[in-house]
Amino acid sequence: MYQYTEFDKQFVRARAAQHRDQLERFQAGQLSGDEFKPLRLQNGWYVQRYAPMLRVAVPYGEISAPQLHVLARIAREFDTPDAALFAEAQATQDKLAGLAPKLTTNYGHFTTRQNVQFNWIPLSQSADVLDLLASVNLHGIQTSGNCIRNTTTDELAGVAVDEVVDPRPYAELIRQWSTLHPEFAFLPRKFKIAITGATEDRAAIGWHDVGLQMVKNAAGEVGFKVLVGGGMGRTPVVGTQIREFLPWNQIMNYLEAVIRVYNRWGRRDNLYKARIKILVKAEGQRYFDEVETEYQEILEKDGGLHTIPQAEFDRVSASFAAPALNLPAGHADTTEWVAKAEADVSIEAAKTPAFARWMTQNVKPHQNPALRAVSLSFKRIGQAPGDATADQLDAAAALVSQYSAGEARVTHTQNLVLPWVRLDQLHALWLEAKALGLAQPNIGLLTDMIACPGGDYCALANARSLPLAAAITERYQDLDELDDLGHIDFHISGCINSCGHHHSGHIGILGVDKDGKEWYQVTLGGSDGKDLSGTTVAGKVVGPSFSSFEVPDVIEAILTTYKELRLPVQGRHEYFIETLHRVGQDPFKAAANAARQPAADALTA
Amino acid sequence: MKIITAQEHQSLASPAVITLANDVDPRSLDLNGVTRIDLQFPKFTDGRAYSQAFLLRRRLGFAGELRATGDVLIDQLVQMERTGFDVAVLREGVDASAAQRQFDRFAGFYQGSAVGTPPHFAEAL
Repeated sequence: MYQYTEFDKQFVRARAAQHRDQLERFQAGQLSGDEFKPLRLQNGWYVQRYAPMLRVAVPYGEISAPQLHVLARIAREFDTPDAALFAEAQATQDKLAGLAPKLTTNYGHFTTRQNVQFNWIPLSQSADVLDLLASVNLHGIQTSGNCIRNTTTDELAGVAVDEVVDPRPYAELIRQWSTLHPEFAFLPRKFKIAITGATEDRAAIGWHDVGLQMVKNAAGEVGFKVLVGGGMGRTPVVGTQIREFLPWNQIMNYLEAVIRVYNRWGRRDNLYKARIKILVKAEGQRYFDEVETEYQEILEKDGGLHTIPQAEFDRVSASFAAPALNLPAGHADTTEWVAKAEADVSIEAAKTPAFARWMTQNVKPHQNPALRAVSLSFKRIGQAPGDATADQLDAAAALVSQYSAGEARVTHTQNLVLPWVRLDQLHALWLEAKALGLAQPNIGLLTDMIACPGGDYCALANARSLPLAAAITERYQDLDELDDLGHIDFHISGCINSCGHHHSGHIGILGVDKDGKEWYQVTLGGSDGKDLSGTTVAGKVVGPSFSSFEVPDVIEAILTTYKELRLPVQGRHEYFIETLHRVGQDPFKAAANAARQPAADALTA
Repeated sequence: MKIITAQEHQSLASPAVITLANDVDPRSLDLNGVTRIDLQFPKFTDGRAYSQAFLLRRRLGFAGELRATGDVLIDQLVQMERTGFDVAVLREGVDASAAQRQFDRFAGFYQGSAVGTPPHFAEAL
């Protein structure tokens, strides 16, 4: 992980002190609510449906065990609403139709942008919480607001077997460059950057305002393929390539050009047309040309101030060296050790089918043959997707310390990855994770769904996400059935802002509000750009929206249709998305629409 | 950075003073004989004038006064200075007493500024 310098640490502490100053002026009436709002947002403090929400930045998803322990402490000591507020919130939620899990407190929530959220911290404690976060170099800087947000990356960065270039040093350099950038704090709208260094895109770069893919050119030089103008929301647009190859050391200068031109021309008259995707769509080549001119002028007239020196790259890069392996003593020959450890794992897997299933589903290969990357699943019955209680955060931190060199990754699918697990410790890790309820072998399967907090917590939501997530999780408990259904990206958003990434789901659910009731659109065939999902594209709506009552049956009808239509391929079944690509949407649409229950609305009314 | 009150701020009808709307490209201006340019923040959340200031100061080498006007609040002063403003007119009713400590808080920033401060990495190496 990146090692914070004294400058970096002091910077985070100064930012916390700045928030305290602003909070005190707000409390003293020297700063109005409207004036305070954009300031607190740029430190991650929202005011949500019932209470403030804090979004803690986890830069490119990398988090340490001590940081996880501090998040646990925040969950335990601060994520506690006033009893009357909580009772009122629950009473309000109880008035909504349909069965739903109760509201919960004292937990952290892993988000689709690799951050961590808390839902109940009183604003009056916000400065204390930021101080506590700063003690482990954490903060909420630019996790909201119309500024450059936390850069996201591949959860397997630095360990993936298909990696061309490790993107983490570049992500860190972008973090530093974008942090409190003086010119870009009040853009027309939020601005999200994602970066991948692997051949497979696991960072959904096409869905970002700027998507960066690290490549090597014919001469072996490192650079970026640059996409611009992707985004979800009301108008889903996939990013367009603006640069085939940008030399690695020019990334800050180039981003400056991209964002300066956007700052100038991006629309400010309509919130829904303010993202860069709308500008790129409207102007196309004209935007590209202006960025190119601006970039050249930054280099020639401004002196290319932010060209990254090799020495700075080397300094940052050094932080990302792989941790020491510490193989047991007496094993000079790693190859022999690996062969033995793999054999031992196989023997254990043959004895214990549940361990074998976990190995297949939750454990990924690693650049170092002696190691594996392991997913802890935060998708299980009784808890919302991506939620972790204080105790679970502490327990996860302990696993991270013991089994993964003290480092984990928050994934955009709302789980944790332990990227440095030794082969001979997999079984011990599995036993401990299982005891903690974090070893569901469902990574990539239907119940490993993405869901936003929705109408239970979020002020923007049109409908709740969590009751649907719970209903699907409960219906699909049979591991053999889940396994048989295979890889499915199932994504739920409670509103068109698309935090639950419904556009990129093979099956997507979007909450909509009709006449004050919760309804859900179902989309099919979306892709986040990973190999299995195919070319990045937004899913297509199957028809008029469904009631919450109908949705689980609609999902089941779609999946039944898949099972009827799928063909064998390469010794396995086609995945859902493969069948969909082959046969098209129509049979699935028909099945979904046939699962409508017109009487349901009358029954629940 | 010089901070002045709305009363102290006067729009001068002089060819040496330009008031620039925030959607104008400053590169289109003739800066000959210009000593002061008033840039505008119609709302403090509209950040276009930061880019204008940067271009004037860094790109065009404008050496006169760059004045921030409009919805100018305490918490934007530091970034105004970093993008090239040297005078700010606080919005009517804003108490200036909280301003100075904002300038004292951060020991430095990551980015280079429009006014000659190099990026942090250049200082650190």
